[in-house]
Amino acid sequence: MKKKKGVKKSLIVAFFAIVISFATLIATNVLDHAEDISLGLDLQGGFEVLYEVEPVDGESEINRELLTDTVSALNARIDVLGVSEPNITIKGDNRIRVQLAGVTDQQSARKLLSTQARLSFRDVNDIVMMDGSDLVEGGARQSFHEKTNEPIVSVRVDDATLFAEITTELSNRPEGEDLLAIWLDYEEGDSFEEERIKEVSKIVSAPRVEEVISSRDVMILGNFTVETAQELAGILNAGALPVDLEEIYSNSVGASLGERSIELAINAGMVSVALIFGYMLIYYRFMGIIAVLTLSAYIYLVLVVFNWLNAVLTLPGIAALILGVGMAVDANIITFERIKEELRSGKTTISAFRAGSKRSLSTILDANITTILAASVLYVYGTSAVQGFAVMLIVSIVVSFITSVFGARLLLGLWVNSRSLNKKHRMFGVKEREISEL
Amino acid sequence: MNFDHGETKIDFIKHRKKFFMFSGIFIFIGVILLSTLGLNLGIDFESGTTIDVLSDDPVTANEVIEEFENIGYSPDNVVLVGDNNEIGRASFIGGLAQEQTLEVQSHFDEVYGHTPGVSTVTPIVGEELAKNAVISVLIAAAGIILYVTIRFEFLYGISAIVALCHDALFILVVFSVGQMEVNIPFIAAVLTIVGYSINDTVVTFDRIRENMSYEKKVKDFDDLARVVNKSLVQTLARSINTVLTVVFAAGALFILGGEGLRTFSFALVIGLVAGTYSSLFIAAQMWLVLKTRHLKKLRNRKVETEQPDQPEA
Repeated sequence: MKKKKGVKKSLIVAFFAIVISFATLIATNVLDHAEDISLGLDLQGGFEVLYEVEPVDGESEINRELLTDTVSALNARIDVLGVSEPNITIKGDNRIRVQLAGVTDQQSARKLLSTQARLSFRDVNDIVMMDGSDLVEGGARQSFHEKTNEPIVSVRVDDATLFAEITTELSNRPEGEDLLAIWLDYEEGDSFEEERIKEVSKIVSAPRVEEVISSRDVMILGNFTVETAQELAGILNAGALPVDLEEIYSNSVGASLGERSIELAINAGMVSVALIFGYMLIYYRFMGIIAVLTLSAYIYLVLVVFNWLNAVLTLPGIAALILGVGMAVDANIITFERIKEELRSGKTTISAFRAGSKRSLSTILDANITTILAASVLYVYGTSAVQGFAVMLIVSIVVSFITSVFGARLLLGLWVNSRSLNKKHRMFGVKEREISEL
Repeated sequence: MNFDHGETKIDFIKHRKKFFMFSGIFIFIGVILLSTLGLNLGIDFESGTTIDVLSDDPVTANEVIEEFENIGYSPDNVVLVGDNNEIGRASFIGGLAQEQTLEVQSHFDEVYGHTPGVSTVTPIVGEELAKNAVISVLIAAAGIILYVTIRFEFLYGISAIVALCHDALFILVVFSVGQMEVNIPFIAAVLTIVGYSINDTVVTFDRIRENMSYEKKVKDFDDLARVVNKSLVQTLARSINTVLTVVFAAGALFILGGEGLRTFSFALVIGLVAGTYSSLFIAAQMWLVLKTRHLKKLRNRKVETEQPDQPEA
């Protein structure tokens, strides 16, 4: 047997240096990155509501400006709730989508969002005495009743004489008609008589006015707890919605359902990655090791890029991640098959590696670009869950291109160029008898 | 799987008419079923509400229905899901109002200690989604034809789209026959398959293109058939290995991924198998037929213009 040319040990050292440094990097901060990922509604719990926007009492037309105003009003309200990353988007001409992840009290959140917060003060015949426009903007606050110590909401009237006039007029009326009904979201057709006997009433309170009140502060009593009083003051300050919001779609996920889903999906992911690793190792031998290394790097980089994009991980997103592993493997498989083919045609290891890498590149490029094309269309036309899927797919394809094409080429290249793999066809899963003579 | 290129004598071309016929008949019957039986549209496409009631212990359908009746509701359907039947999924066709869902949620929160997940839709949203999905596929198809035409040639683009439609229809038909629920993730799955199908077809076509460039003269059907068959054999190992690894991933999701991902991953597995079948047995053969016709046309033109006297070779 002819003596082999000297093995370049430095390249093998470089290989291990790269692998070990990357492994250390992954080991030290993969958990941080994994924890940083913001989870979507389906994983974290929370809810999503699609509202159809309708003009208040048919007054004005819905236009872009009105929608934007509504969105900022909603944003201000969500601040009251203290949700960290609300996602409010305008859809089409008259829809607004609100997504709130991690909201613990969904019921009050939904109520808080859809109420218009239009405060009006009416007499028993539903005649408007004054409304929100007569109040000092941002002047609502929660306080306590001086005598009973009950939580109340107090608002400030812009013009002190207006309130004095109203109370003068009311206090002169006979008993039973001297009530000042404080309405939230009065609508055409509502009446005091009907509403006051309802269990859930739009009338916050209807105090008797027995004397002229010349103060600018109006106290609203209404069986509040400190919390509900604070909330009402909060929405009042956030401003009334300029429109009516009709809930046409809502999707809420309890957090415990979400936790279950993510556990299952992560388990499934680990099993499928293990299966793929095993298959690649058995089938491609030495190149399989390279595939396992680049795929691990791929999974890590996807996490990093995903965090960096501040994207939200959803269940379909996890599915896309796992599918992305398949795509990354595909890039490896295309290259490895090509290298095996070149080996079978009788080329030396080095030239088979070079030819195989070069020829597989255009195939992988074309295949990936067409898939990115499809994913981009999904992103543009899809709704939230489908969009999450598309983002993950695009990220996966781009990252897999880096790891499975360039990464694999670098790592395999170090070994091949070190000449230590020369004539070791079995290491590539190629049998000697398959090799045709040149 | 190893395929020795020299020795492997798989003829993908000889039986092409059978493949065309099989797929043609399948799709034909499928379209009839689709138009009569229709798809089992999930709550995403119907007006209504589904409530997922989660308990710590297994529940029975009767238990869940009873709990709903306690607060004056009668669900149209209750199915049990989850590994130990600890989730009861109740559907209300027609839907519940916001206050009603809030009442249901707080009731079950008290009973089982978990707030149930609630989804409500009006059909407008589902219809829009479906419409969007169809538009997306059409736009994607146009984009793909354009890209493939630029990178390859027009006939490859057409064949790729035929294979793509084949795969997308295939999943729809399977879901129609099995009356499995079609939901929003299902649409994501169909669109993924569209992407995978095109990916797979492009890899095969890329090899055909490469092998075509090695041929000195391709003049008739037999030459083309030889090139196509050689290319298919050469890419066979890759096709099978790739589909196996992706099926591993999708299969693990199907078995272990939980209820939420089941429809999605099932659609993926079916679509992946259909996608591989169509790239191996439909797309390349389609191109072969189209290309043969194209060559014949070119030759006829040549014969007419340049050598009008010579008999055809």
